[in-house]
Amino acid sequence: MRYDTHTKVHPVGPAGDALPTPSTEIVATRQRVSGAEVFLRSLQAEGVTVVFGHPGGAVIKVYDEMARIDPDFLHVLVRHEQGGTHAAEGYAKATGKVGTVLVTSGPGATNTVTGIADAYMDSVPIVVFTGQVPTGLIGNDAFQECDAVGVTRSITKHSYLVRDVNDLARTVKEAYHIARTGRPGPVLVDLPKDVLLDTAPFRYPESVSIRGYSVPRMGRPDKVARAARMIAESKRPVFYVGGGAINSGASEKLREIAQRARIPVTTTLHGLGAFPEDDPLSLRMLGMHGTWWANQAIQHCDTIIAVGARFDDRVTGKLDSWAPHASVIHIEIDQSCISKNVFADCAILGDAKAVLEQLDPLIQRKDTDAWLAEIDAWRQECPLIYDVDEKLRAQYVIECLRNKTGGDAVVLTDVGQHQMWTAQYFRFLHPRTHITSGGLGTMGFGMPASMGAAFGLREAGSDRPVVCISGDGGFVMNAQELSVAAAHKLPIKIAVINNRFLGMVRQWQELFHAERYSHTDLSDTNPDFVRLAEACNCVGLRATNNEEAVNIIDEAWKVDDRPVVMDFQVAKEEMVFPMVPAGAATGDMITKRIVPNSFV
Amino acid sequence: MSEALILTPQQIKRKKAAGEPIEPGEDELIRQHTITVLVENSIGSLIRVINMFAARGFNIESITVGPTDDLTVSRMHIVTTGNQRIIAQILRQLSRLVDTIEVEDLTGINFVERELCLVKVQYTPQSRAEIMDVNTVFRGKVVDITPNAFTFELTGPTPKIDAFINMMRPHQIMEVARSGRVAMQRNHFPD
Repeated sequence: MRYDTHTKVHPVGPAGDALPTPSTEIVATRQRVSGAEVFLRSLQAEGVTVVFGHPGGAVIKVYDEMARIDPDFLHVLVRHEQGGTHAAEGYAKATGKVGTVLVTSGPGATNTVTGIADAYMDSVPIVVFTGQVPTGLIGNDAFQECDAVGVTRSITKHSYLVRDVNDLARTVKEAYHIARTGRPGPVLVDLPKDVLLDTAPFRYPESVSIRGYSVPRMGRPDKVARAARMIAESKRPVFYVGGGAINSGASEKLREIAQRARIPVTTTLHGLGAFPEDDPLSLRMLGMHGTWWANQAIQHCDTIIAVGARFDDRVTGKLDSWAPHASVIHIEIDQSCISKNVFADCAILGDAKAVLEQLDPLIQRKDTDAWLAEIDAWRQECPLIYDVDEKLRAQYVIECLRNKTGGDAVVLTDVGQHQMWTAQYFRFLHPRTHITSGGLGTMGFGMPASMGAAFGLREAGSDRPVVCISGDGGFVMNAQELSVAAAHKLPIKIAVINNRFLGMVRQWQELFHAERYSHTDLSDTNPDFVRLAEACNCVGLRATNNEEAVNIIDEAWKVDDRPVVMDFQVAKEEMVFPMVPAGAATGDMITKRIVPNSFV
Repeated sequence: MSEALILTPQQIKRKKAAGEPIEPGEDELIRQHTITVLVENSIGSLIRVINMFAARGFNIESITVGPTDDLTVSRMHIVTTGNQRIIAQILRQLSRLVDTIEVEDLTGINFVERELCLVKVQYTPQSRAEIMDVNTVFRGKVVDITPNAFTFELTGPTPKIDAFINMMRPHQIMEVARSGRVAMQRNHFPD
């Protein structure tokens, strides 16, 4: 990410111009204004164009000033604060900008916790503003009081409690700077009510200076040279690419280097889209539900070039036996990820794109034909396949969605089987077209995040469709945001992969828990998704077989003024393969169903 | 299962770098480290550092904090234990916090480390002389005295404090208060 100290400075307007037109970006006022106004003007000066929020007592002044200063201010009134944080994440992931959330104190703040934790695990830049009881009441167990900074301390990149209205503008500036730069992440700013009511002249700072915070950019030249030598000497190299490559915009440079040096590329779940999956050098995703050939390549390679990835346990499986022959080059912006799980023989601290640009001139053409042929043999040995018969299968639905969009869509998923099938079968081509909850694995992420992404694309003038692939379990968890998306006429295509089960848990129960399907059957508690959609002013469609699936997708794509919920009633016994059981060695991948299936 | 029990050269290298045992049954290389951290002088930054240790499951053996000559900056001294991989992680996680200005591992370099201790010990006419002897050997100060108890003040490296307390144990220790350790790198002689 860029070290961004760029702020436009505009001439100070004459005192008294309290009601500027919405487009006027004011960075300073001579007269004293309320803290709430300072806050809103700070957002405007920061370039914030959409806020996902929910009002309440502690932030009522902010909402009052919002209506007074700028009635056109794009505030999206979400129906649950968790939905708001996920929407901000979807917005941030789709656009590369910082997502903004505004909620009240107490329950407003605690409802954002899951979204903040999700953003922390997945390095998503969001700033969450929480209302707080007046400073004089803090610690008194006041109505709707909650120590939001304390609660979120271990799941934020940084947090602030603003105690003085004169610190407010600077704090907002710092919060966005910290969220956006380095390894992105969530920042929480707690705003006591009296600070919002107090008055101060508004001046938005031009630059940020935080002495304990520096952002790595260029890699150390000696390390880069060493990495280049290691790559040149390697016989069986693999690029292992994570979400950091997408955050830093390194995709293009990565493609150039990989194609020139003929180095195969595997990506993590968050790395999907960093390298086009239709390229012969793409090994697709690695890890627990990655491809057989990507995992085999990792187990047999002699050099791993990790770019913006953190060697997560869902990637490595049993750490001791992962990539047993590989020397590791690790290009990473967050120093704490270096040698955390796997020792890096050559660690380069820096921005992925900047380091790849340094590396680029040092990388020569390589002959890796023998290595690529070996990988191809693994590819033939165990391809990604599923049964095609009269039953509607999730994988088929995902392939239909892929065919409909040609891969040119922003796809958001929830968490579970459908998420892994999307990763396996969608074949992503472009960065920022795959958005999911990876680290925290938050069910209920997909729907609100797709709403945020849709706002981002609309703002950017993009006509890429936004496709949300969800499961029947996770979709219900934040389905309340459907009516919000409908109110804003967002044409999101929501595919509910409905197997009437908590599918991934069911899969583990079948494989590892003697087929005791304890509390994973949702058939009694699932709503009627078509009627739910209609009740929320969306279009609801249903498919129970392959033909209907194709038809309702066609129908859904004709709707352009509201969300469409497609209820795909798929076979419940389907499982995600291949699979590395949790804690097992990557070499011990299960490639097909090994336990007799009682449902077939 | 299919994994060979024999480690590859790369796996051995990784284990060595982490300070993990290579042969089964071999002892892990766990050392005590003194880390000094300069942080922004605010209650929030202190909690953040401690919270990081708790949230990530790192050890804290001793922790001290106090302002420096610059009142906006506090210096923390943290004594912790772990293998090489864990200590490296602790240092990196500390540096990564927005409020930390400087992080340094003093272990392995030349540094002075001191702890202050107050010990309240009961005495009787019979034990009084012996207790005072021990105190003289350790060069402690008597900071309070009543007809039945001494309060001693002692500074020094932690093993000295430990030894002093152990020597007092046969007598009636009423109370012990230890400050935790502070440390500073020794200055180099100019060439």
